[in-house]
This record gives sequence, structure tokens and C-alpha cells, in this order.
Amino acid sequence: MAEAATAPAATASDRKHYDFDLRPDQFTHWQLSVEGDIARLVMNVQEDKGERDGYVLKLNSYDIGVDIELASSIQWLRFTHPEVKCIVLSGALDRVFCSGANILMLRTSAHAFKVNFCKYTNETRLYLEDASASSGMKTLAALNGTASGGGYELALAADRILLVDDRSSAVSFPELPLLGVLPGTGGLTRVVDKRMVRRDLADVFSTVAEGVKGKRAVKWNLVDRVAALSKFPEVVEEEARALADSVEKTTTPGIELARIAPDYRDDGFDYEYVKVDIDEATRTGSITLTVPDSVGPSNADEAYAAGAAWWPLAAFRQLDDALCHLRLEYLEIGTFCLYTRGSADVMLGIDAVLESGKDHWFVNEVRHFLKRALKRLDLTARSFFAIADEGSCFAGTLLEMALAADRFYVLNDPDSPVTLGTSTMNAGPYPMSNGLTRLQTRFLGTPDSVDEILAVGGTFDAEQADDLGLATFAPDIIDWDDELRLAIEERASFSPDGLTGMEANLRFAGPETMETKIFGRLSAWQNWIFQRPNAVGERGALNCYGTPNRPEFAYART
Amino acid sequence: MAASIDYESKIPNNVELSSDKRLQRALEHWLPKYLDWWNEMGPTDFNDKEIYLRTAVSVDSAGWAQFGHVKMPDYRWGIFLAEQEPNKKIGFGDHAGEDAWQQVPGEYRNWLRRMIVTQADTEPASVEQQRLLAHTAPSLYDMRNLFQVNVEEGRHLWAMVYILHTYFGKDGREEAEELLERRSGNPDHPRILGTFNEPIQTWLDFFCFTMFTDRDGKFQLLSLAESGFDPLARTCRFMLTEEAHHMFVGQTGMGRIIQRACELMKEHPDSNPREHGGIDLDTIQRYINFWSSSSNDLFGGEVSSNSANFFGGSLKGRAWEMKKHEDHSALEAFKTLEIWDGSKVVSETVPMRNAMNEVLREEYIEDNQKGVNYWNKIIDEYGIDYELRLPHRRFNRNIGVFAGTRFDIDGNLMTEEHWDERKGDWLPSDEDREYIKSLMVPCHEQGKIAGWIAPPNKGINGNEFDFDYVRL
Repeated sequence: MAEAATAPAATASDRKHYDFDLRPDQFTHWQLSVEGDIARLVMNVQEDKGERDGYVLKLNSYDIGVDIELASSIQWLRFTHPEVKCIVLSGALDRVFCSGANILMLRTSAHAFKVNFCKYTNETRLYLEDASASSGMKTLAALNGTASGGGYELALAADRILLVDDRSSAVSFPELPLLGVLPGTGGLTRVVDKRMVRRDLADVFSTVAEGVKGKRAVKWNLVDRVAALSKFPEVVEEEARALADSVEKTTTPGIELARIAPDYRDDGFDYEYVKVDIDEATRTGSITLTVPDSVGPSNADEAYAAGAAWWPLAAFRQLDDALCHLRLEYLEIGTFCLYTRGSADVMLGIDAVLESGKDHWFVNEVRHFLKRALKRLDLTARSFFAIADEGSCFAGTLLEMALAADRFYVLNDPDSPVTLGTSTMNAGPYPMSNGLTRLQTRFLGTPDSVDEILAVGGTFDAEQADDLGLATFAPDIIDWDDELRLAIEERASFSPDGLTGMEANLRFAGPETMETKIFGRLSAWQNWIFQRPNAVGERGALNCYGTPNRPEFAYART
Repeated sequence: MAASIDYESKIPNNVELSSDKRLQRALEHWLPKYLDWWNEMGPTDFNDKEIYLRTAVSVDSAGWAQFGHVKMPDYRWGIFLAEQEPNKKIGFGDHAGEDAWQQVPGEYRNWLRRMIVTQADTEPASVEQQRLLAHTAPSLYDMRNLFQVNVEEGRHLWAMVYILHTYFGKDGREEAEELLERRSGNPDHPRILGTFNEPIQTWLDFFCFTMFTDRDGKFQLLSLAESGFDPLARTCRFMLTEEAHHMFVGQTGMGRIIQRACELMKEHPDSNPREHGGIDLDTIQRYINFWSSSSNDLFGGEVSSNSANFFGGSLKGRAWEMKKHEDHSALEAFKTLEIWDGSKVVSETVPMRNAMNEVLREEYIEDNQKGVNYWNKIIDEYGIDYELRLPHRRFNRNIGVFAGTRFDIDGNLMTEEHWDERKGDWLPSDEDREYIKSLMVPCHEQGKIAGWIAPPNKGINGNEFDFDYVRL
């Protein structure tokens, strides 16, 4: 695999920058329209408008640019069109829904990019499922033609899958037979875990490149329904209506979701409440999140009136955006310190509004957004050390950031007081991928500790935080600088691959869910396969696909 | 059911059908459905007429072309493979030199099945497209030729179904049934390739179709006739003997229309042949432009992963692979193609294996040119200064790198606006189509022919033109 040639640039000056927050009028590859309580997302990928040169996005195949538009669509709909009850996904091409991630794009991408691309697309698929579960925004995958590979994986994220029955359109996973890799965007997991297709049938399905169509696709539960070509539009309407009618929703207007983008500087980038500092020389950085001077909106209606400017939404959208930029643009910066600035009391005051207003659709959406942003932090393959120093406010929602971090350093010195705290937001609204709260995951062996911490209520100091088991280390001011410096320098010296593997294993203790399996098993195996000669060696299947050469495998099984 | 079918007499074959229980069982199921399909989608209105048809009863020189009057539903659709060569070796691709496969290799099962199904789907499709044409036949001779083409397309379906039934198990049987379920132009389950969903409404279209579109079939068969999967290669080799007649129908049919136009031009030098019930050469040129460009599309994209896979896997070779080419690996070879880079035509050198579609298209265009030369000779014989031509391969494409961009008949880039202005000069207009339709008046009297086409020089199988080719 020639990594160097096409790897995203590694230095500040020629770093490629992405825009993760797009609006429908900026879309290139999707047509989004909203009519009453139904939104239509039509995939119409522009072949020659890929994110970079070197590949053509044939047959509605996608790259990161296509997926950013999809992710933006879902976020935008949830806030701006809360009345939408059903999203209808379909393809604009004749007899093709979507043919998955572009193979040439994958082949010509560096490994680290592939992994991050895959992670981002996985998160987007989960967005669809979260919109359904948390916002009553259902998805109908209206497969107007063949859905192969990532195309079918996208459909699997929908609540219902409708496939046209024209005697040739199929759903398929050609990855293994054609490319020697996996349908790694949740595909294998969702087939058996979500749709509960029998494992032997799933085995057959995943090894037949052309897939399964018509009645058999229904019988195997790969799709929910098939409809004849001439009846298809009619059945799409019927299905969309039924999904929309299955939920009750607000009729209050949505909010304007102001676009966000970082202000770049040579050594980092900034937003209103989030500041990212980068030190290229030491491959370290920091993310600092600032709480406003006052609580601001004191109830749901005021928060709704503030809209996108309301601090929790604004700050966490900035954090979420920053994580995306760090993942795809600052690959070599491996260790981050997480800082907070402001008053713990203000933070807990904001949490009180998040709690008291939870029945308001807008506050509900904000809570779920915070949940997703925190999950994105959990799933970011960088080392995170949360640093509770003087002026920090790791309380309530912000305590979650510390709990998401790999380690939590708390300054414990009477001359430099540090205030921390808990709120009801630590008790359930922000579950991790494993379905548990971060406190529950942290204290898996001593569940009583969770109750003990939550029982404290309100703010507490560093000493108590240490006693409660929240601090990894709690040095005093004498040792503080040195301890931190040594920890960070040591961390930055370790193998980045070893760290990624170790962190991913330690962060998600506890039960398995479909989500943890997607990231921890499917993606991990996929990433392993993506590195193996049988896929990316000179005669590996992914490298040979579409070339005159046929793959040559090393047949030893591991 | 089994006992009621006398396989050897009903189904001429050289695949030992009478002792092949598995094939018999598969056919028992499929045969009634095939007949249902023929009765529903074939030239049904002529089912009870006796037609002078050629039937293949064996693959030797005495048996492959037996003529006689027969009702189409009683036509003996047979299963024939070209004779097996002893110790046959695979000729090209990564398996060159290995023994030819007599069974489907597991690793290529899916690709082979897809190739076979795609090819097979076109055979019944053309019957469906042409099903009403006989009503407006310009002569009994032409009507007979149409039916000959139809029954042979039916036999080609049989040939492909034989392969599916014999070598692809349950999946193969299901695919064989679906070949009968998809229907040309059906809104719910259309044929796989777009071109095969448009009805053939006039005889000018029919002759163009058999000239240009069936010739795509010829080249697909030529490349499959090289396949390392021997039963497929042998099947295709025998199909080619029949396919030649289809192109003969197209090429000479067009030639006779051109001849008639020339006659009218000579008789009435100062007026358009249309005024005398003929078809003018300009209109003929527009039909040539339309059909040859849409048939160019059938070869697929200029640069193709599938073509590389199929050649590398020794599944689909080039036309006359063994006769015409020396490097049968084509792994180190490259081909320079013209492609469209989004703003201009550029030359690009690509691995030969990925360019196999274009290699086949080039051979095809060369073959088409021979037909055009034949027509120009006719025009020349009348001393008329006019030359028919093929449009540039970039012209009017809907598949491949030139799709979506406009090129004139010489391949020069043009704007969408300019194209809208000029396309009426190059492609049949609504008015052209209306005029051609207006000529489609049946001439079903023995020995007579419609006024827009000349009679053939000779009839079928040594018979005169004035012969009861169809007993109406």
C-alpha cells in the first residue's frame, strides 16, 4: 500500500481542511426537500466532484464528502424541521440506489484516513438510528435499485427497507467476494444483530457478490418489503406515511442552525467556546471549553428562543466539529489535554435547565446532541487527559468529558482550589455506546460508588473528588507541572497503534451493544484486514480490483 | 410429465438429453413456461401459419440447416454445442495453458452466471420487441426472415438456459425462470439492458437492429466463444452460425431499401424518393446514426474493472482471441484510448485488460464499416454521388466516458444548445418516424413487395423470391 503518495498532508501549511457543517443549498451530492412531516433525501452523487482527485464517484458511490452532506442533513433536520417524522432515502440514478464507498478512493487512501472515514460513516449511520429512537424521526430506505456494500449498509440503518422488485435489483455485500474486505460500516453487525437474519443465511448473503433480490430478500429479512416497479412510488408513499403516522411530534417551528466552522491559526483553531491548541513538535494538543459568565436562559422556552446560541448546543457543536477536524486533519497529534474554564455553579445551573426542560422538543434535541458529541469523544482514537486545574469547572455535563478521558488529573491544593460537581446529567442522559453512563462504566466493579457520587449532589472539591475515585492522580501544586509534563511526554512517546488498541479496549467496559460491536469488533477487524497483504499487498484483493491483476492470497488462516 | 415428453424427437440435441435425468427434470419445469412465454410474447398472431423455417437438428453440415414448413409453436428448439475438442486448453488470461473447464470453477461461478444471464436476457427480449412487426411485413420473404430470427433468438435462449440448468444448480434454474419473467418494456420487470426495452415498430428499425444490435451480440458471442469454461464456449460457437443470418437480414434489408431509394432517384432525378413512396438516403443515414450509436453503448464503459476481471479470469476473451492475437495474457500490455476528462478529449494509456470493452467495440465498428461499404457499393452502382457513413464513436453515447457530453457526428465537442439545434440533422426526427410508420403497410401477397424496398436477388435455400415462405 503506497501510503505516502496520497496521505492527507501532515504539516500545517498544506493541511487539507474539511467543512463538516453544510446546509442543503451547499450540497453537491444529495437533494433534500421537506414536505409536511416527510423529508426526502435523494442521493445523486456527482461523479467528478469527489473530495479529492484520483477517483470517479460512479454509480452513486460515496466518499467522505458525500457522507458529510448526509450527516449534515440529519443534524439539520432534527433542529430545523422538528416536525419531520419520516426521512425517505432514495437514489436518483436509474436502477441504482447506492453502490457503497468508492473502491478507488479506498485504495488510494492512507490507512489512517480509511479508518477515520469508516468511523465517520459509522457515526452517521448511527445518527439515523438515534433520530428514530430519540426524536421520532423514522427512516424509510426506498431502494429504487441495487443497494450494494455501503449502499445496503446505509439502508440497514433505516427503520424500514423497501426494495424495488424488477427481477434484477438486489441488496448485496460484495466486499468479501470481490474485494477481500468486509462491509465495515455496520453491515455485518446490523444484519445479524438488528435485522436478526439467521447467521447461516447471512453467511451466504455476505459471500454472494450479486446479492439477494425479490421475495428471497424479504424471506431472509434482508428487506421488509418488495414492490413492483410500477407500484414503487405508490408503495413508498404508503410506507412513508405509515412510518410518519407511527409517531407523535411537535408542530412548533424549528430553530435556525447557524453554521459553524473553525478559525484556523498556525498552532490550532478556535470557536466561540472551544479552543484547540496544537504543538506539532511534541505531537500534543489541548482542547479548552469555556462556560459563559452566567447561566443564561433559565427555562426551556428561553433556551428555545436562544436557539443555536444557547451555550450547551453552541459549545458542544463546536466540540463535535473540532473532533472531526482533529480526526481527519491533525492525524499526527496523538495526545490531548482537555481543559474547562468557568464556574462550576454556572455549569450546574445550565444542567438544571437541561433537566427541567427535557419535555420540550428543543431541549430534548440538545440533550441528545450532547450525548452524540460525547460519544464522538469516546470514539476518538487519541489519548485524552482531562486536567482539572485552577479555574476549571468539571461539573455535570462537563464532568462527562473528564469521565470520557483516559485519565483525569485533578489539582489538589488548598492554595489553588478546584471545584467539581455532579448533576442529574451524570445519571443517564448521556449513555455511552455500551448503554451505560460513564460513571457506571467507570465503576463497573463497585456500582455503589456511582450512587455515592450522585448522592453528593452539587459541587465538591478536589480532595473529595479524589476520595470518590474520580481523580486518576491528584497531585499538589508542587508536583503538578512535573507530573503532567512527564505523563504527557511519556504518552506521546508510545506506539500510536498500541495506544489506540489499548484505549479502545479500556474505554468500553461492560456490556456489548450493537454499537460497541460495530466499532469494537466489525471496525477493528476491518481495520486489521485493511492492513493485511491479502487486501492491500501488491496482489491483495483491494489493490487488484479493477486492475488487470487478479488477487493472490496467502492462505494461512490466523 | 416426464413420460409425456419424448426428448430426442421433440428437442434435437447433442448433449445426451435422453440420458441426463437432471437436465430432463429441469426442462420439464421450464419447457411449459417457455411455451407460455412464446404464446404470450412471441409473434402470436401467426402461430397457426406454416412458415418456411430452418431448423438445426445436428451440428454437422447436413443437420444444422434443415428447411421445411413448420408452425412456430411446433418449431423444434434444440440444444447444440459445437463439437468438443479433445484436450482443449484455456487460451488466455491467468489460466492460459490449463485444461479447459468442463465444470464451472467455484471461484468464478457468480461472474459466469451474471455474464450468461446478461447475454441470455437479450435473446427473448428481441423477440418481444419485434412481436407485432409481421403485421406490416413488406413481403412474405421478409416476414419469413423475421420469424427465422425470432425462433433462433428463442433457441439462443434455450442454449443459455441449458448452461444455467446444467451447470448452475438451483440458482441457475431460478435465473432461467426469471429470464421468462422479465419482459421487454414491462414497467415492473423490464429487461436488463435499456436498449432491449424499446419496441421495434418499423421494418427500417428492424433492419437496423439486426444489422447493428445483433452484431453486438455477434461480438459478445465471439468473445464468450473463447471462454475457458468450455461448455459456454462451445454453445456460443454454435450460436454464431445462426447469428450470421440475423446480420445478413439486417445488412441486405438495409441494402434493399437503399437500392430502392437509388432506383427512385434515377427514375425521378429532380425529386425526393419520399414523394414516390421510398425512403431517402438522408433519412437512412439518420437511422444508421441512431442505431449504431446506441449499439456502441452495449459494449460498456471504455475503462472497465469487469472487463479486466473477466479476461484475467479466462472467462471472456477478445473476438478471435486465438486466431488474431499473440499475447494472450495481456497483462503487460497497454492501450491508449481517447477519453473525456470532464472538459476535453484526452489520450490515456490504460492496462489492456481494462480496455477490453473498447477493443471489442473497435472490432465491432470495423465490422459495421464493411456493411456500410456494401451499401455504398450499391449507391455507386447507380452512379449516385452519395456516401453513407458511421457516426463517430463519441456521437450520441449514453454509456461510457462520453455519455452526458455532446459530440457531433465527426466527434467534435459541442454545446448542449448547439446540439439541440443540430440533432435533427443527425438523428431521426418525429417527422421521420411518422413518415416511416406511414410506409408500414402490409404486403402479404406471394411474389409482391412493398414500394419502399427492393426484392432480394435470390430467395431462401435456392428458392425464388416468389415462393410461399409463409402460408397465410
